[in-house]
Amino acid sequence: MGKRNFSIAALPGFATIAMITFVFLYLPIVTLVVYSFNEAASMARWEGFSLRWYEAALNNRQVQDVSIRSLVIAAWAASLATILATMAALATTRNERRFPGQTMVYALINQPLMVPEIVTGVALLIFFAMIKVSTGYQGLAYLVAAHTAFCIPFAYLPIRARLETMDLTLERAAADLYATPWQAFRHVTLPLLVPGVIAGFMLAFVTSLDTVVITEFIKSAGQDTLPTYMLGQMRRVITPEMNAISTLFLLLSLIAVTVFFLLSRKKA
Amino acid sequence: MSAVELAPHGADTTKPKARRGDIAWRWWLVMPALIVLLLAASGPLLIVLVYSFLEPGNFGGVVWNFSTDGWFQVFFTRDIFDETLVTPATAHLDIFWRSIKLALYTTLITAILGFPTAWFIATRAPDVRPIWLFLVTIPFWTNLVIRTFAIMEVIRNEGLVNNVLRGVGIVSAPIQMLFTDFAILLGMAYVFLPLMVLPLYASMEKLDFKLLEAGYDLYASRLRVLWHIVLPLVKPGFIAGSILVFIPAIGAYVTPRILGGGRNLMLGNLIELQFGQGRNWPLGSALALTLLVIVVIALLFYIRSTSQPEGQRHG
Repeated sequence: MGKRNFSIAALPGFATIAMITFVFLYLPIVTLVVYSFNEAASMARWEGFSLRWYEAALNNRQVQDVSIRSLVIAAWAASLATILATMAALATTRNERRFPGQTMVYALINQPLMVPEIVTGVALLIFFAMIKVSTGYQGLAYLVAAHTAFCIPFAYLPIRARLETMDLTLERAAADLYATPWQAFRHVTLPLLVPGVIAGFMLAFVTSLDTVVITEFIKSAGQDTLPTYMLGQMRRVITPEMNAISTLFLLLSLIAVTVFFLLSRKKA
Repeated sequence: MSAVELAPHGADTTKPKARRGDIAWRWWLVMPALIVLLLAASGPLLIVLVYSFLEPGNFGGVVWNFSTDGWFQVFFTRDIFDETLVTPATAHLDIFWRSIKLALYTTLITAILGFPTAWFIATRAPDVRPIWLFLVTIPFWTNLVIRTFAIMEVIRNEGLVNNVLRGVGIVSAPIQMLFTDFAILLGMAYVFLPLMVLPLYASMEKLDFKLLEAGYDLYASRLRVLWHIVLPLVKPGFIAGSILVFIPAIGAYVTPRILGGGRNLMLGNLIELQFGQGRNWPLGSALALTLLVIVVIALLFYIRSTSQPEGQRHG
């Protein structure tokens, strides 16, 4: 392309609308964060900087419980999804023609992205209700299973992208030097794949933290996660404690996404 | 380059036997993921189909008797006193129509804001583009409940907009924005905007700006260049973005629940109602499948419009 005359690409008003978009995207979040530091209990007035709502949030037993539950589910679901997605990515890349059924495999892996979350929620509500009745088990495994399935496509995409851009001559060199397939995988492929795997894990982790509709449908009594707890609180009078919880949660997602961004930027 | 070198276990896949071995090995690797997906995502959809043809239980759940009432009730109502009197289920049809309308408006708003934004990013210097893109995606990876709550903070009666308007003296009483269709629309546009910007950007990034230059050299106005050169070339991004926004918008549950209050329902809330207070699981199942059918129609439309040799004209 070479040098580009800027005026060719500039369209009148576009930069303005773009700026409006960025203000639109960030103004609500900034408002939310700013008012988490408000001394007053209402948004109506600003009574000065205070950390009292953070103190309230951190000392709230229920908030502690649902936060830990969210993190535990996300850790399990993201780990399982990343392992399964890595295996699936290894199976569906690096062949010059697709194996029979590979298109169907793609469709199945991406299916959670196509079906509205509420439909999946309904389906799992019914299916898990049947299992709950016949086995009597009410634990967290249902939520972990549902989150794992939902996270698989999110973990799969960055890992597959990494595999597709990876330099495979090294792997071949290992084979030429009489490395067993396992040795070649363990010492060559896997280390090269690590950034993709971590990126996939981060994406899956954030996705699990973000999953609210499916959780809302299948949780048993006392299995609220942070998002479903917040959703329930929205019906009551909202104090800035909610802003404080949101801000902390926001920070957590931001860290995970930044790690993902930095890792996926590095080229193989 | 042949598969010989590419197969990670070094098998010679050009030989039929080895290729079969390679395929078997691939299936073993992909199997655990498929089992989890079949058990906790795709498979249960079939159970929804079965449930939509059963009778509702008195306290939720179903009675295992075949019945088409669930599907019937999606579209029609029977009179309480006279079973033979059948009228269209206007309450349901209204919600269907509302949901489709709101989803389409959301798509339109995100397109109007998203197109110039994607263009702005695509015309930055290559090294700063990822940073702008990252700025677009940050809110997207924030929890949906939090983002919707953030919008609520802006439009509440004691929220930012009303505070500013009252502070400046434009209004004396707060404007009621929360719990209206406007609130739902604003919330959905906010929540789904990145899904429009990203595919639009992807199609603009590949754009050959020399074509625009050629257009200007031939004395085309900016509008003509935009209409006849840019738009046809970024059409795939437009279609992809529209599908990505429309599908979650038509099935939205959280945003209308928080911002629409109890009265302004969308399809997602209607479905949830059948599994909660309504205690009519067959109707809920039938409604969920109807939503799925709408989504599949949208996806088929997408596949058709992308598989057409539309791009050939532009080389």
